[in-house]
Amino acid sequence: MSDKHDAGGVPTTGHVWDGDLADFANQPPKWWMLGLTASAIWCVVYFLYYPSIPVSNTGSFFAGIGGWTAITEMEADKSVVDEVRGKYEDKLKDMTPAAILADNELTEYVTRSGKVLFGDNCAACHGTNGVGAADKLGLIAPKLNDDDWLYGGKIDDIHTTIMGGRQGVMTPHKDVLSAAEIDTLANAVAAGNPTSTPLFAEKGCTACHGEDGKGMAALGSANLTDGIWRFDGSLEGIKYTITNGVNVGPGSRDAVMPSFQAAGKLSDAEMKKLAVYVYKFGGGQAN
Amino acid sequence: MNEATDNKETGSVTSIYHEFEAWQVNRGEKTIHAKRMPGFFRTIKNYTQLALWLPFFLVPYLRWNDKQAILFDIQNRQFHFFDIMVLPQDIWMLSLVLLIAAMTLFAVTSVASRVWCGYFCFQTAWTDWFTWIEDKIEGNPAARRKLDDAPMSLDKIKKKGIKHAVWMLLALLTGISFSVWFVDAYEYWNNLIHLNLPKVGWVVLAMFFFGTYILAGFLREQACIWLCPYARIQGVMGDAQTILPTYDTARGEPRGKLRKGGETGAPQGDCIDCFQCVQVCPTGVDIRHGQQLGCITCGLCIDACDAIMDKVGKPRGLIRYASLDEMSGKPTHKLYQHPRTLVYLAIILVAMSGIVYGLTHLGAMSLKVLPERQPLFVQMSDGSVQNKYAFKVLNKTDKDIHVKVTAESGLEGQMLIGAETPPLTHHGRGTSFTIFVKVPSKNLKQEITPIHFRVEGVEDPAVFAEYTSNFNGPKP
Repeated sequence: MSDKHDAGGVPTTGHVWDGDLADFANQPPKWWMLGLTASAIWCVVYFLYYPSIPVSNTGSFFAGIGGWTAITEMEADKSVVDEVRGKYEDKLKDMTPAAILADNELTEYVTRSGKVLFGDNCAACHGTNGVGAADKLGLIAPKLNDDDWLYGGKIDDIHTTIMGGRQGVMTPHKDVLSAAEIDTLANAVAAGNPTSTPLFAEKGCTACHGEDGKGMAALGSANLTDGIWRFDGSLEGIKYTITNGVNVGPGSRDAVMPSFQAAGKLSDAEMKKLAVYVYKFGGGQAN
Repeated sequence: MNEATDNKETGSVTSIYHEFEAWQVNRGEKTIHAKRMPGFFRTIKNYTQLALWLPFFLVPYLRWNDKQAILFDIQNRQFHFFDIMVLPQDIWMLSLVLLIAAMTLFAVTSVASRVWCGYFCFQTAWTDWFTWIEDKIEGNPAARRKLDDAPMSLDKIKKKGIKHAVWMLLALLTGISFSVWFVDAYEYWNNLIHLNLPKVGWVVLAMFFFGTYILAGFLREQACIWLCPYARIQGVMGDAQTILPTYDTARGEPRGKLRKGGETGAPQGDCIDCFQCVQVCPTGVDIRHGQQLGCITCGLCIDACDAIMDKVGKPRGLIRYASLDEMSGKPTHKLYQHPRTLVYLAIILVAMSGIVYGLTHLGAMSLKVLPERQPLFVQMSDGSVQNKYAFKVLNKTDKDIHVKVTAESGLEGQMLIGAETPPLTHHGRGTSFTIFVKVPSKNLKQEITPIHFRVEGVEDPAVFAEYTSNFNGPKP
């Protein structure tokens, strides 16, 4: 058997298995040894350059001679992004939202970063892209993509709303009006024609909603003549609003827009961005 | 396991050893010092190499309208070809260019084997130039082998030093020439001389410098044999009709040394076993073993053999371009009887017409309109329905243009909002803006109405682009 496995003069390691199996004692190829050595050197350099050895149980460690940390790398990456955005952000500082809106390129920039801001701060109540979000009582917050605005739809009005917040009030009428009166008023409002019933003026609705029922931006009262509803446009929904009021304690409708300036969460530039972003949903009104 | 199968298996495995004995391949143990002989194919090769690669060195310096005539401006994502500017949006044409390149390679290879390898390939060309330099400085192959084996001396250091310096110079020039296809050539030289290249510029230059120096100076034919995938791919593209340098076995064998005093009684073929064909081969193959993977079909062995045949007074063509059909005595076919080649040519034609169509229909402007999807439409207070569209206009001219936006939907009372002042589109890049379209809901007869948008230059209405999208509304 063994003569079939002629080693050709190459020495073997001397170990023999199964009677005839032996290992050649060949040197590994040179390129392989070079690779091994290079890898070993690489390991040592890598070990010393980067943070590696835990020094004690106090949580300290050998920080590496390169001084690398994940946070500095992240900061460096972020500074690259900031540099790209810088030329736009610098301009935004001294511009009014109206001036931003007049600049097509800046508007494009602002609506892109506005998308993220809106998602983080606004979409929970107003819905993605301002389509509105509803619970069982109706819309939580107004739709922002139509042209019906409680407090005005000009760019500066929107900006003011974001900065200062809004909180409208409607008194509950369950103790003031009879069920029949509420029913009559609700039907007239649902039909989009509140002035059709004399009760609208007699019971003082006009004080806030105006003689024509179209609301007043200064008070944030709703326009009752169009097809757009703040809470719930069904007959039941309208009755509920008249009966229980808005923002007057438990049972009434809840409609509070927080002040983002007071909350301190957003910078001035970010609030400007949001104003332009909301304006560009499609309902913004020209100055 | 029974005796029979055991034997059979052993037999089939051991047969690979016989294959190996007949297998001749240069594994790079010894540097090939090929002899340079003049001849027909040598001349062709000199010209084809220069024809393809001289433009590589020179074309970037060509100017057109004060700009580089051909510039792959990667940084600004523009490709300039004389008056034509191709932007990334039109890059689909690149796939057709690559298709043409591949099919040309296939077609040529199916007709005459590895023509690319032998006459055009940069590896062949640069190796040829590098060995020419070596030949001029160190002398002929015999002198070079002697110099390689000689102990270190001042003369050896001088010769080798000069050779490597010239090689490096050529390698450097190669790296520079590659780089200036992608940045302005004159600016590049200026930056290079002032050692002011950007980091990526140095990296590219270093890669091509070392790549050229190592591949053409040291790796040489080993790159063709072990590194290059195309060598193998092309190897399988030949068939019995493909012509390639072939040793005429019937005429040449039995080979034998030329003897003084003329013919002896023993039968002798035309091959005088002079090994000139092997000595001139840049990849070190012996063509008399037949076609093999080391052969780049450069035809230099044909030149060598023809020269010898002339000397010994025998007809030329002992080694010649011939097909397997011809050598085995089968009838040879005409080129148009080679369906495979015709299919390749057809594909090339299709791809070329695609490019011609693309280049003639580049247009000066392109438009994409993306309708808002959340929400599809908005009910407005006056009872109308509004859709929002994101416009993306690509202005391919060389100046910024104000554009007029129009929409055609056939819907009565349609209002276009957002383009009251014509938006400015920036040249050479995309510009986005938002457009609203409002239609009274009583005029909407269906949920989806096609709407045709058009943007055109305010000053020059010939610069325009169109896009058809949908206007969405509630169920009527």
